[in-house]
Amino acid sequence: MEHDENSEGAARTGVATNVVEAVVAVVLLVIGLVVIVESQRLGSGWTSDGPGAGYFPFYIGAIIAISGAGILYQALLGKDKKTEVFVDSVQLKRVLSVLLPATVYVLAISLLGLYVASAIYIALFMVFLGKYSWVKSVIAALIVNTVFFFMFEVWFKVPLFKGALDPLRFLGY
Amino acid sequence: MEEISALLQGFSVILTPMNIGLMFVGIILGVLIGVLPGLGGANGVAILLPLTFTMSPTSAIIMLSCIYWGALFGGAITSILFNIPGEPWSVATTFDGYPMAQQGNAGAALTTAFTSSFVGALLAVIMITFLAPLVAKFALKFGSPEFFAVYLLTFCSFVGMGKGSPFKILASMALGFALASVGMDTVTGQLRLTFGQPELMRGFDFLIAVIGLFGIGEILLSMEEGLKFSGKTAKIDPKVVLQTWKQLPQYWVTSLRSSLIGIWMGITPGGATPASFMAYGLAKKMSKRGSKFGTGQMEGVVAPETAAHAAGTSALLPMLALGIPGSPTAAVLLGGLLIWGLQPGPLLFVEQKDFVWGLIASMYLGNIVGLIVVLSTVPLFASILRIPFSIIAPVIIVICAIGAYTVHNAMLDIWFMLGFGVVGYLFKKLDFPLAPLVLALVLGDKAEDSFRQAMLVSQGDVTIMFSNALVGGITTLALVLLFWPLISKVLAFIKPKKPDEFAVERPVD
Repeated sequence: MEHDENSEGAARTGVATNVVEAVVAVVLLVIGLVVIVESQRLGSGWTSDGPGAGYFPFYIGAIIAISGAGILYQALLGKDKKTEVFVDSVQLKRVLSVLLPATVYVLAISLLGLYVASAIYIALFMVFLGKYSWVKSVIAALIVNTVFFFMFEVWFKVPLFKGALDPLRFLGY
Repeated sequence: MEEISALLQGFSVILTPMNIGLMFVGIILGVLIGVLPGLGGANGVAILLPLTFTMSPTSAIIMLSCIYWGALFGGAITSILFNIPGEPWSVATTFDGYPMAQQGNAGAALTTAFTSSFVGALLAVIMITFLAPLVAKFALKFGSPEFFAVYLLTFCSFVGMGKGSPFKILASMALGFALASVGMDTVTGQLRLTFGQPELMRGFDFLIAVIGLFGIGEILLSMEEGLKFSGKTAKIDPKVVLQTWKQLPQYWVTSLRSSLIGIWMGITPGGATPASFMAYGLAKKMSKRGSKFGTGQMEGVVAPETAAHAAGTSALLPMLALGIPGSPTAAVLLGGLLIWGLQPGPLLFVEQKDFVWGLIASMYLGNIVGLIVVLSTVPLFASILRIPFSIIAPVIIVICAIGAYTVHNAMLDIWFMLGFGVVGYLFKKLDFPLAPLVLALVLGDKAEDSFRQAMLVSQGDVTIMFSNALVGGITTLALVLLFWPLISKVLAFIKPKKPDEFAVERPVD
């Protein structure tokens, strides 16, 4: 989908893009160094039977570290660094309104299994974010999950995770 | 001709009611993926891959490749009807397709797009039929240094042909390699980069990464704009189709040119997105009606659609013949082949004749089935777009979670998927290309193996990469591409360059 940076029109406040870029660059730099150190521990040199296990990852770590440093330089000192707002508070709220429930959803999967957790997630998403009535949301969630159930368990014989509590045990799948 | 008889043999393999049925299912699922915002070809194929685990490899690849064709077709529907490119390669289709729909010619625009897609794909498949066996025969002479050189070329061309910061391309690619090296080392059996976590022994599956990066990442990005999402209806009646078909032959030059661009960009990992832009730009430059482009010209729909489909299809040639996918979606298909124990590459043509020719035959049939399906079901798919985003979004997240779980039946993978989703969101917003990461994750092990074998042969002497004309030539080309950002700066310094005639996108797919 096309992405319109200035959808809000009004003044946007938030962290500048190049600051986020710099943070990502530092993370990359750290990852690169970790890979380098770990590869040296594994043996990044020549062993009796050829290149060691860390031979290839060592150079990969070096490339990550170097590009991390390069991006850091471009983000902070580069000529055309992007200073526009990375994400404003409205956008951040919207993104988190999906990301946080999704995290809770993944947590719920381990307890309730994919089907039950998914049904609850879809219903709640529709009620709270989509402003649908409870009845409509529950019906939609049930229909979608029934279709998934038939598609995976019955037609394609791919069993999905039923969760620690296995609430759908009575169905025999 | 040897190829023709092999192809006929291929048709006899795939022409079973079951396979034809799978074709229809695949195309419909594919169009659905292409139409839905937030689900791309690579991601869609990845999510649906587990569905095929219980099938024979031939049936499975038929269904998966049909999903791929369907996704390529589907992108055009949203571009033309709603000015929303469902896939990056359909951006150029919106330039003239949407104005056509606005003028009440939605049916003609869609027919033009679908037919052009079909023509592009058909020419690319013909090319694959005759070229793939040759490339495979040639590649049988390859040793490990040659293979590594080809991998190097694949990755360096991302740096050379990509727009934006070369550091970002390199970082994304190296990150993919690093993730690929997590887990058990295939040569020494040592555990690498697992930091004592037994769960990491399996390594990172590229499917998990694809689902997170493309699926969850795209949803998060779409959510920034809120839950607004509205659509219109469209109908295609047979009269419009016939009228459009009568008009199309006059654009045969554009078709042919765009196909060639697409085929070239598909074989080299440039991909469908730059191909569609390039074809549109060239058509605008060379056509008599060029100045009217952007106002709803049929030719402006023909060019990008033909090129995108030709590129999407021909991306399968290097995957089949060399084991090197030309696009992220081809990379996912390659992952599928590996799961079924099929080793893509030159030997595939010798050892798995039925499979290879079955697949190539299915490309011909799949595209015909695709054309029939999309022409007849446009109203249905257009109506899907009227389902509000607040229903589609959670359903897509659920599909992603299911997809991630089914790869290894591991709960931890769903968490990884979520993590990759955040990375995908950040990377997309910061202009880090995702395709090199995915390709490196898929090819990491194989590239490393050939590198280590080459180093073993030469006892650590890197000059083996220049030991003969073939490997030396490929390596040199790779290095030129790798340093192209620097070289082009030097060239621009010597000779000031003209401003760009048309926008060239980064290779996304």
